[in-house]
Amino acid sequence: MSAAPGFLDRRGWIWFLAIGVVLIVVVPLLNALPASGAAVRLPDYLIPLFGKYACYAILALSLDLIWGYAGILSLGHGAFFALGGYAMGMYLMRQIGTRGVYANAVLPDFMVFLNWKALPWYWYGFDHFAFAALMVVLVPGVFAFVFGWFAFRSRITGVYFSIITQALTYALLLAFFRNDMGFGGNNGLTDFKDILGFDVHEQSTRRALYITSVIAMGGVFLVCRAIVASKLGRVMLALRDSEARVRFLGYSAERAKLFGFTVSAVLAGIAGALYVPQVGIINPSEFSPANSIEIAIWVAVGGRGTLGGALVGAVAVNLAKSWLTGEVPEAWLFVLGGLFILVTLVFPHGLVGLAQQLKTMRRLLPAVGARKLAE
Amino acid sequence: MVGLRRLLLATIAILAMAASARADDFHDLIDRLGAESFDAKVQAVDALGELGDGRAVPALKALSDGLLYRTADGHVVVVEPAGDTYRLFAPVDHGGLGEAKSGAVDKVRVNNRLRGSITGALSRLTMVSASRDDRLNAARDALKHLSADSAPALERALEGEKDPEVRQALTVALSAARLTTGTNEQRIAAISVLAQSTDSEVRSLLGRLANSGDLDPGVRKALEAARRGLEQRLMWIGFAENLFQGLSLGSVLLLAAIGLAITFGVMGVINMAHGEMLMLGAYTTFVVQEVFRAFLPPSWIDSYLIVSAPAAFLVTGAVGIVLERSVIRFLYKRPLETMLATWGVSLILQQAVRVVFGSPNKEVSNPSWMTGGFTWLGGATITWNRLVILGFCAVVMLCLAVLLRKTSFGLHMRAVTQNRDMAAVMGIPTARIDALTFGLGSGIAGIGGVALSQIGNVSPNLGTIYIVDSFLVVVFGGVGNLMGTLVGALSLGVVNKLLEPVAGAVLGKVAVLLAIILFIQKRPRGLFALKGRAAES
Repeated sequence: MSAAPGFLDRRGWIWFLAIGVVLIVVVPLLNALPASGAAVRLPDYLIPLFGKYACYAILALSLDLIWGYAGILSLGHGAFFALGGYAMGMYLMRQIGTRGVYANAVLPDFMVFLNWKALPWYWYGFDHFAFAALMVVLVPGVFAFVFGWFAFRSRITGVYFSIITQALTYALLLAFFRNDMGFGGNNGLTDFKDILGFDVHEQSTRRALYITSVIAMGGVFLVCRAIVASKLGRVMLALRDSEARVRFLGYSAERAKLFGFTVSAVLAGIAGALYVPQVGIINPSEFSPANSIEIAIWVAVGGRGTLGGALVGAVAVNLAKSWLTGEVPEAWLFVLGGLFILVTLVFPHGLVGLAQQLKTMRRLLPAVGARKLAE
Repeated sequence: MVGLRRLLLATIAILAMAASARADDFHDLIDRLGAESFDAKVQAVDALGELGDGRAVPALKALSDGLLYRTADGHVVVVEPAGDTYRLFAPVDHGGLGEAKSGAVDKVRVNNRLRGSITGALSRLTMVSASRDDRLNAARDALKHLSADSAPALERALEGEKDPEVRQALTVALSAARLTTGTNEQRIAAISVLAQSTDSEVRSLLGRLANSGDLDPGVRKALEAARRGLEQRLMWIGFAENLFQGLSLGSVLLLAAIGLAITFGVMGVINMAHGEMLMLGAYTTFVVQEVFRAFLPPSWIDSYLIVSAPAAFLVTGAVGIVLERSVIRFLYKRPLETMLATWGVSLILQQAVRVVFGSPNKEVSNPSWMTGGFTWLGGATITWNRLVILGFCAVVMLCLAVLLRKTSFGLHMRAVTQNRDMAAVMGIPTARIDALTFGLGSGIAGIGGVALSQIGNVSPNLGTIYIVDSFLVVVFGGVGNLMGTLVGALSLGVVNKLLEPVAGAVLGKVAVLLAIILFIQKRPRGLFALKGRAAES
C-alpha cells in the first residue's frame, strides 16, 4: 500500500476542529438561545436525535476499524453496543430508587414484579457511576477478548467469522429475552429518571448528553486514526490484503486481530452507553442480527477503510431512515435493501470514495478524449 | 297461586307414578326424572345409571342442559324453544309430541348435586354405549374423574366389553378405582396392573397415593416399585418423542441448509437471502392451495401438495438463478460483500412479500392425509405431518445424491467445487454451473419451505427464524458435501430438542451455539472438511 494512512495533517486538523466547533458550540446554542418558536431555533427533539446519530457514528467507526482496516467483518457488533448499553442501563435503573412504580429502594420494578427478593450479585455496584462506566468498557472488552482469542487462535476467518459473530449476537438475543436472566427480559430497562443527579428528560441534560456524545465521537475518531497510523495499524492493513504473507513475514496475525477486535468492541460499548440515556430504553432487540448487519451498511455506504466515511455513512443512512420511515414507511426496507446491493456492486468505495471516483474519471476522460483525437 | 299449582302438579305426579308403577321400569324411571324433590330426582338418575340402558342418554343430557320439562299429566318431555311456544319431543325415542305454550310445561330444575349424579350416570351409560369411541372415551374419563363408587359400574362394563383397547382402558380405570377403595390385596393387584400403564394420569394418581400418609407396608413397597418402573417408561417415551421431534426439526434444517452448503462449496459465497427462499417456497404453497380452493372441485384439495412441491422448486430456483446472474456473479472473490448484497436482497424480498400478501400470518392447512397422528410405544405421539416431512426429506436427499453422483451436471459441480480453475481449463462452463448450482440450492430451499408450511404459519419473516440455524449446520457439518450437512442438520435438530426439556428452549439453543463455537476450535472447517488441495483457499 503506497498511501499508508498518516495521522491528521494540517488540513485534516482544520476540518476536524471546524466540524467540532459547529457540532459542539453552534448546534446546542441554536437550541438553547433563541426563544422557542423562533425560526432559527433548533427544535428540542432534534438534540437527542443528533446525539443518537453521534452514537451510531462511534459504532460505525468501531466496525470500520476492524472491517475497513483488518478485513474482519463482524456481524455481531451490535452485541457489544448492547452490552455497553445494558451496563449503562443498569446504572440508570438503580438511580430510579424509590420513584419506581413499586417504590422499592433497591430492586428495579421488573424484579419486584417477578417477585425477586434480593438484588442478583451481578447488579452489585451499579449504583455507582464510576463502576458502571468501568463495566461499560470492561464487559464488551473482556467478552470480545475471550471470543476473539478462541476465534482467531483457530484461524476462523472470512465468512466463517462473520457467521459465528452473527450466531453470537443471536444467542445473546435469545438469552436476554429470558426474564430470569435478570435484565428485564422482553421489555429491557427503561423509565429512567436521572443520570449523575440530572433529570434525563430536561432539555439541558439532553444537550449535555449530546455534547458528550459528539466529544466522544471526536475522541474515538482520533483514537482510531492513531491506531491506523501506527505500525500495528499497518500490520492490520496488511492482514486485510494478504494474511498469509503477514504470517510468513513473522508477524503475529492473531495478536494484531485480537487487539483490533477488542478495542473495537470497547468503542462499540461506549457508543451503547451514550446511546441509552438519550433514547431512554435498552432492550434485547438491540442484539438482533439485523441491527448488527445494518452497521456494516453504514460503513459501506460511507466508504470503508476511511474512518471519515464511517462517520458520513452512519449519519447519512440514519438521516434517510428517520426521514423515510416517517414519510413512506413501506419504502424504507426497499431502500435499505437497495443500498446494500448498490453499494457492494456499484460503489464499493462508498460516498467518500465517490468523490475520488468522480475525480479520477474526470482526470481520465480528457485523456481518453485526447488519445482519440491523436488517432 | 304458584304454590297451589305446584301442589297440584306434585299430586298429579305422585298419582301418575302410582298409576304406572307396574309399567316397565325404564319408562317409569324416565318419568321420575320430573319428580318434585331433588332427592327423588337423584334416585331416578342413579337408578337409570345402574340400569345401564343407553336409551336414557338423551333424556339425561336434556336434563343437564335444562331442556327437560314436565307436562301436566306427569310425563317428562324434551323441549325445543320456538318463539313463545315449545316444540315437544318424547324423551326416549325423540318422537314429536306437538307444541305447547311456554306456561303449559314446567322446567325440571337441576342443582349441583343432581348435576354430579347426571355426569356419573352418563359416563356409566356411555361405557356401555354402542359406539366404540364413546366407550373408549368414557373409560378414559372414568380414570380422570375417579369416585369411590365407580368400581361396580366399571366391573360391569368390563364384563360385557369385547374390544381389547377399551378393555385395557377399563382395566386401568378399574384398578385406579380399587386403588383408593379396595382391600390391601386388591390394592396390590391394582398397582401391578397400573405399573404396566404409561398414562401420565396414572403417574399423578400413584404419586398422590404415595403422599397420602398411612399405607400398608406391602402396598407401599409395590407402589414404589410401580412408580419407579412407570417413571422410567415415561422417560423413555419422552425421549422417543423428543428424538422424533428432533429428527423432524433436523430434516427441515437439512432442507434449508443443503442449498447453502452446496453454493458455499461451489462458489465460496454465503447467500444471506437463502432463508427467503424458504419463505418464498412456503408462499408458493399458500398460493397453490388458494388456487385449488378457488378453481378446482373441493375433493381435489388434498392433492395440492403434490403440485406445490415442484411449483415451489421452480419458483425459488428461478429466483435463485436470477439472483445469481444479476448480483452474485459480480461479487465472486469478495465473499464478505456478497453477504451484504444478499442481505439486501433478503430485505427486499421480505418487504415485497409483505406488500403483496400483507404482514399477518397466512394459514396453510395440512391435507387430510397428513393430519392427526398415532401413538407409538404406548404413549409417544407421532404426527403424520412430521413423519411425512421426514420421509419427504429422505427422498429429496436421495434424488440429490443421485444427481451429484450419477449425472454430468453433478460431476461438473463437484469438479468446480474441488478446483474451479482446473475445471474451467477442462472445458467445464463454470459460469453456467454456478447459475445452475445456485438455482438448485435455492430450489431445494423452496421445497424446504413447502415442508415448513405444513408445520407452522407462513409469514414474511419465516426465513429469518431458520437461517441462523442453517448457517450453524453448514459451519458444523462442513461445506460442499451432503454427508456433512446431513449429519450436521440431524444432530443439531436432535440435540436442540433433547436439550429443550432439560434446559428450556432458549437456554438449550444458547448451549448449542456455544458448543458449536467451541467445536470449531477443534475443527475450524467443520465435521467433514474437504481434504487436500481444495481445503486451502
